[in-house]
Amino acid sequence: MSELYTELQWLPRAPQDFAEQLKNLANPMGRAAQALALHSLNLNQLTKLARAITKAKASGNSLDPLVPFRLAVLSNSTIDLIVPALVASAVRHGIALEVIQPPYDQVAQEALTPDSTVNRSKPDAVLFALDFRALPLKLSLGDSEAAAATVQGVLGYLQALREGINSNSNAICIFQTFATPVEGLFGSLDVALPGTMRNLINRINNELAEMVLGTGDVLIDVAGIAETVGLATWHDTQQWNLAKFAFSEACVPLYADHVSRTIAAIRGKSRRVLILDLDNTVWGGVIGDDGLEGIKVAQGDATGEAHLAVQQLALDLRKRGIVLAVSSKNTDEIARTPFEQHPEMLLKLEHIAVFQANWNDKATNIQAIAEELSLGLDAMVFLDDNPVERGLVRRLIPQVAVPELPEDPAYYARTLSAAGYFEAVAFAAEDLKRAGFYQDNAKRANLQKQVGGVDAYLASLDMTIDFRPFDATGRARITQLINKSNQYNLTTRRYTEPEVAEAETDSSVFTLQVRLTDVFGDNGMISVVVCRPEGPEIWDIDTWLMSCRVLGRKVENMVLREILEHARTAGISSLTGTYRPTDRNNLVVGHYAKLGFEKTFEDESGLTRWKLDVATANPEAAPMKVVSNGFKDVGVETNA
Amino acid sequence: METNEISERLTEVFRDVFDDDSIEISPDMSAKDVDGWDSLSHIRLILTIEKTFKIKFSTSEIGKLQKVGDLISLIAAKT
Repeated sequence: MSELYTELQWLPRAPQDFAEQLKNLANPMGRAAQALALHSLNLNQLTKLARAITKAKASGNSLDPLVPFRLAVLSNSTIDLIVPALVASAVRHGIALEVIQPPYDQVAQEALTPDSTVNRSKPDAVLFALDFRALPLKLSLGDSEAAAATVQGVLGYLQALREGINSNSNAICIFQTFATPVEGLFGSLDVALPGTMRNLINRINNELAEMVLGTGDVLIDVAGIAETVGLATWHDTQQWNLAKFAFSEACVPLYADHVSRTIAAIRGKSRRVLILDLDNTVWGGVIGDDGLEGIKVAQGDATGEAHLAVQQLALDLRKRGIVLAVSSKNTDEIARTPFEQHPEMLLKLEHIAVFQANWNDKATNIQAIAEELSLGLDAMVFLDDNPVERGLVRRLIPQVAVPELPEDPAYYARTLSAAGYFEAVAFAAEDLKRAGFYQDNAKRANLQKQVGGVDAYLASLDMTIDFRPFDATGRARITQLINKSNQYNLTTRRYTEPEVAEAETDSSVFTLQVRLTDVFGDNGMISVVVCRPEGPEIWDIDTWLMSCRVLGRKVENMVLREILEHARTAGISSLTGTYRPTDRNNLVVGHYAKLGFEKTFEDESGLTRWKLDVATANPEAAPMKVVSNGFKDVGVETNA
Repeated sequence: METNEISERLTEVFRDVFDDDSIEISPDMSAKDVDGWDSLSHIRLILTIEKTFKIKFSTSEIGKLQKVGDLISLIAAKT
C-alpha cells in the first residue's frame, strides 16, 4: 500500500518514450515540461527532466508560464540526488525552481553569517532539510529535567537558525518535523519515558510546530510523511552509511513532491475546487440504471462505505473552504434524486456550488463550472472513476488536476488525499466562509459550446469495436443488459433468457452483441440490437440499447453502419425504429434523428417512429477498428 | 540469468542512469570510462540495478564494485 505514496500513484504512469519526449520539448518549454512532469516519475526520470530544465535556463530559454522561485537548501545530509528531484517536481506544480545549495553540513554557518552563500543569494525561502542526526540530542533516560533541557536546547538552536535567516535576508523559513529512527531501546516504553529518542523527538516536533504556526514561516511534516510510508521504509541505514542519505532514495520522489506542493502553496497555487463525478464515484452503481434502491451508498455495505468515505472527505474539505461541484453524465433530475431522497447520502444539494448533470463531454462541463465560479481551471480537481473521462479532461484541459484512481473504491478517498492538491501553509477564518461565498454566486452554468479536439481524443483511444450475433456465450450478459438498461434504451423491451436464446436460432431475426476495447482495457459488452422482419425488405429495430459508460464515442454510428451492411446483404431496403419514452430514457429522444432517420409518426405520449433508406444511408464513421465475426449472411462464416 | 541477458539489461540501466543512449558496456569498463560516473551517480546506478534485477547488494559488495565485469558476475550470482 505504501506504493501509492512512494510511486505517486495518483499520477499517470510515465510514457514509454519519456526520454524521447524530453529531448523534443517545444520551446518555450514551460508547459510541455509541466505536462511531462505530471506523470509518476522515478529518480532517474526526475534527474533527466531537471537536466533538461537547467540546460534550457542556461541557454536563456524561457520557462514561462512557470513561476520562478529561489530556494536555498541547508542540510546535514547528502542532498545532491534530491536537488534535481526538487527541480523536476516543482515543474509539476508550476514552479521554475532554482536551488541554492551551499556546501554539505554548513547549516549554522550559512544561516548565521550575514554574507554567507545563502544570505547573499537572496532566496525566496530557506529549507532546513535537517534530520534527527543534525540535532544536539542527548539521551537522558527517565530524567525529565534533562529531557526538557535537551528539547529546549534543540528548539533554541532551530530558533537561532530562523533568526539568522530573518535578520540576514527576507526569506521564508521552511522547517521540517523529524522522523524518529526505527530502533527503539525499551520497546513501547520509549514513547512515554522522558529522554528516550522517541520521546525527545515527539516533543521537539510538537514544540517546533507551535513555534512555526501562525508566524509566516512554514513547516513540512516530514515525520508525518515517514509515518505514512512506514519508518522502516523511510530510514535506510545502508544508504546513510554509504552516502549520508537522510532517508531512502525510494522516498525521494515523494519528498520532492511534498516540498514542491508546499512551495506552490506559498505561491498561492493550491487548488480550490473539487469536482465530483457521481455514478461509481460518489455512490456505487449507476443511478439511471440501478435506481434509488439499487445504488450503493449505505453503511453496512463495503462498497457503499467506500463511496461514503469519498463523500465524507468532500464534506470535510468543504468545511475548510474547498468548493464542491458535480459533473455527471446523467439526466439532471435523475442525478439529483439521491441527494434529495436517499437517507444515507452525506452530501446534500446545498453543499454543491455548481451541479452539472447533462450529456455533454466533461471538459466542456468543467470549463462551465470554472466560468460559473470565476476561478481558473488551475484551481480545479476532478475526481472520476472512469479512465476515459479522466483521459479526455487531461488532454483537453490539462490545467485541471485529475487523479488516477485504483480499481477498488475503498482507496478513492485515500488516493485523493495523498495527491495533496489542497496543500495549505496557513488557515484563516475567511477560508471557512469561502465555500459558501462561491455557492451564493453560483447559478447553473450555460453549456452550449463544445470543447474542440474530442475527435482527436477519440482516435487516441485506439478503440476496437467487436460485432457478433447473439450466441450462447453472450446470452447471460445480453439478458442482463436487456433487463437492466434504462437510459440508453430506445424501446425498453425486456426479454427473458429463453427468449434471448430463441432469437439466436430464429434466422429471420437479426441480432447484434457489441463489445468495445480501448487503451484502458476491455469495456466488455456495451450494446445490444435486435431487428425483426416487418414485411418484405423491412427490418424493424425492436431493441437498441447501449451502456452509458461509452457514451460520446460515436459507438451508435458504428452500430448503425454494421446493421446497414448486413441489411444490404440480406436485401433489406429500409430500416424502421421506434422511440418509446419512459421516465428514464429522455437521453435518446433524438437518437434516430441524429443518425439520419426520418420521422414517420408521433403521438401525444411522445412515442415516435422513424425510417431510414438502406441504399442511401451513410452515417459518419468514428475512429475505431471494426471486427465482425460469426455472421451467417456473409457467405463464408468467419471464425468466431 | 544468462550473462548475455544481464549485459543487455545492464546496458539499458547504464543508458538510463547516465542519460546517454550510445553507451556500450564491456567487462573492463569502469568509472573513468563513462562521462558522469562519479560517486553519487554510482549510488544511483547501484540502486537502479537493485530495482531492475530485484536484488540487493550488501554494503561491502557495493564498496568492491569497480568494473562492469564485477557487476555482471555479482548479478549473475544473485539472479
